[in-house]
Amino acid sequence: MLDMQDISRVYRTDLVETHALRGLNLSVDAGEFVAVTGPSGSGKTTFLNIAGLLESATDGRYLLDGVDVNTLNDNQRSRIRNEKIGFIFQSFNLIPDLNIFDNVDVPLRYRGFGGKERRQRIEKALEQVGLAARMKHLPSQLSGGQQQRAAIARALAGNPGFLLADEPTGNLDSLMARQVMDLLEEINANGTTIVMVTHDPELARRAHRNVQLLDGQLASPDLFARPAAADDVDLQPVA
Amino acid sequence: MFFYNLRLARMSLMKQPGLTALMVAAIGIGVGACMTIVTYVYALSSDPIPDKSEELFAVRLDSWNPDEPYWDNKPEEAPEQLTHRDAMALLESTIPTRHAAMRKAVYTVVPDSEDVAPFLNIARMTGRDFFEMFQVPFLYGGSWDESADANAESVVVLGRETNEKLFGDTNSVGETVLLGTERFTVVGVIDAWQPAVLFYDMNNGETNPVEDIFVPFTISDRREIAGAGNTNCWKDEQIDTYWDLLQSECVIVQFWAELETPQQKAEYQAWLDNYTEGQKALGRFERPTNNRLSTVTEWMKVNDVASNEVLVVMWVGFLFLAACLVNTIGLILARFIAKAPVIGLRRALGASKGAIFRQHLLEVALVGVVGGALGLVLSRLGVMGVRRMLSDADRLTGMNLDLLFMTFGIAVLSAILAGLYPTWRVCQMAPAGYLKTQ
Repeated sequence: MLDMQDISRVYRTDLVETHALRGLNLSVDAGEFVAVTGPSGSGKTTFLNIAGLLESATDGRYLLDGVDVNTLNDNQRSRIRNEKIGFIFQSFNLIPDLNIFDNVDVPLRYRGFGGKERRQRIEKALEQVGLAARMKHLPSQLSGGQQQRAAIARALAGNPGFLLADEPTGNLDSLMARQVMDLLEEINANGTTIVMVTHDPELARRAHRNVQLLDGQLASPDLFARPAAADDVDLQPVA
Repeated sequence: MFFYNLRLARMSLMKQPGLTALMVAAIGIGVGACMTIVTYVYALSSDPIPDKSEELFAVRLDSWNPDEPYWDNKPEEAPEQLTHRDAMALLESTIPTRHAAMRKAVYTVVPDSEDVAPFLNIARMTGRDFFEMFQVPFLYGGSWDESADANAESVVVLGRETNEKLFGDTNSVGETVLLGTERFTVVGVIDAWQPAVLFYDMNNGETNPVEDIFVPFTISDRREIAGAGNTNCWKDEQIDTYWDLLQSECVIVQFWAELETPQQKAEYQAWLDNYTEGQKALGRFERPTNNRLSTVTEWMKVNDVASNEVLVVMWVGFLFLAACLVNTIGLILARFIAKAPVIGLRRALGASKGAIFRQHLLEVALVGVVGGALGLVLSRLGVMGVRRMLSDADRLTGMNLDLLFMTFGIAVLSAILAGLYPTWRVCQMAPAGYLKTQ
């Protein structure tokens, strides 16, 4: 699914050269749930941006579904982002002026689906996250957990094979965080590959595999067994 | 996607109404000022009689001073008017389909009703061909007949306004009206008619209103009416009486001929040249032969109707529009940069640079459309202001359909031009940089 070899990312100004990633090697198989942890400044977000084709690596090779993304132009990268990748952000990143239905609609518009198909996909995705009854609400009328679930619905509506989550529970209280994690696990169980950046070791343990970044390099390629306790957590739709 | 983008544009503009109003105002004021000037220049420079302008010719003979040309800045041109005797001689030619000599005059109109006070009115002494030659529309009646021209009969064609003043909104044909001390019989009333430029007599003010009284040219001789137009003389002559003036070398008569074919024009040109050769033999026309037949549009150019000064003012108008656009660029840039997080998000969710570009260009085009509507209102007010400031520009008719589309076109184009750089800038934004800050 995702294969990064010797990925480097250098930010340059006139005075400073910052190495955010230094020869990172990482492979993620289809269907995996990988947690990426590490201290602030370790390169987690840069890794996620490169993985999501939001930035390009300065050096190295990145294959996504067997395609060398370095050879793609901007339009092709946009299309892959739209069709293959779903994004979940820490601060939800819903568009405040659009209701939940229209927020979920955004990537589908750029995909070029017709009105009927878009409606079906949006309704299905919102049902999946338990927000079907709130599709006409503005983001500001929802709780943080609901907003994150709306963002997850937006990521899911296009049926991406690959979900990138950047601190998806970072702005949520523990109950809501648990519900969001349950949802991500359910999505993963349905076959979607997930790479999640997190600070929280508890959340990281619920992934199939935890990789740790330190100074832009892989510090610990340890494999964690998925804790059995995680399966016990039920999805609790929030009213 | 167009309607989706249109909806996004509307929402975006409504979100910050103050900033939107400023952008619309900048475009609207710029376009309004610019189009006011363009409308004025357009009215002055457009063909006032497009159906016939290539068949109507201002006739001029160079009978001027042999030592210096009539026009200082255009020495190759003949005087703009003819002497009375030359005009009368030209009326003898049978080559033109129609022709008319004419002079401006002033009459005192004495209403029969005691309720209406006598008033002065500008008049035109001309021939019957004037009306058909210049496609003058009649509300009632028509032109006088040939015998009226030949016998200097006391007949009059009234303008609509004078007719309403004297007779109300009725057909006054057959009624009489006292002009000065003589009674004239009304033979026709012309309908509303106001060429953008008074092309048939630019010598006496190209933006003057059309006269409201028309009488036969030959009346001037019978009544010894000196006329109220320009009288230009060069020769040291004793002019004590009206008849002295008619026999002098003073140019006082405008002359027009209708020549429908090039052959007819060539024949008439030869006739004029023969005439002046004959006059040279009598000691007149001492300058090189220079008989001119100018079409309506050529005649307007000779008279500098849309002069360089006016064109300079038009460019100043466009410069003002450019200044407004620079302001608009700043406002649009500020607005788009404030939207950077949402733009970054849309890029992350799969919008290409092209999709973002189209979305935002449509938004600025929408500003252009609203700005165009405002510009239209402002230019309308501007034209009214010009009419007030220039009392002789009453007949600027405002905008036709071409100018209306032009206003909208300029507004939308201006907005798009102003929006190109900001739109390009937002398309270059790296989406990742804004996703954390949303």
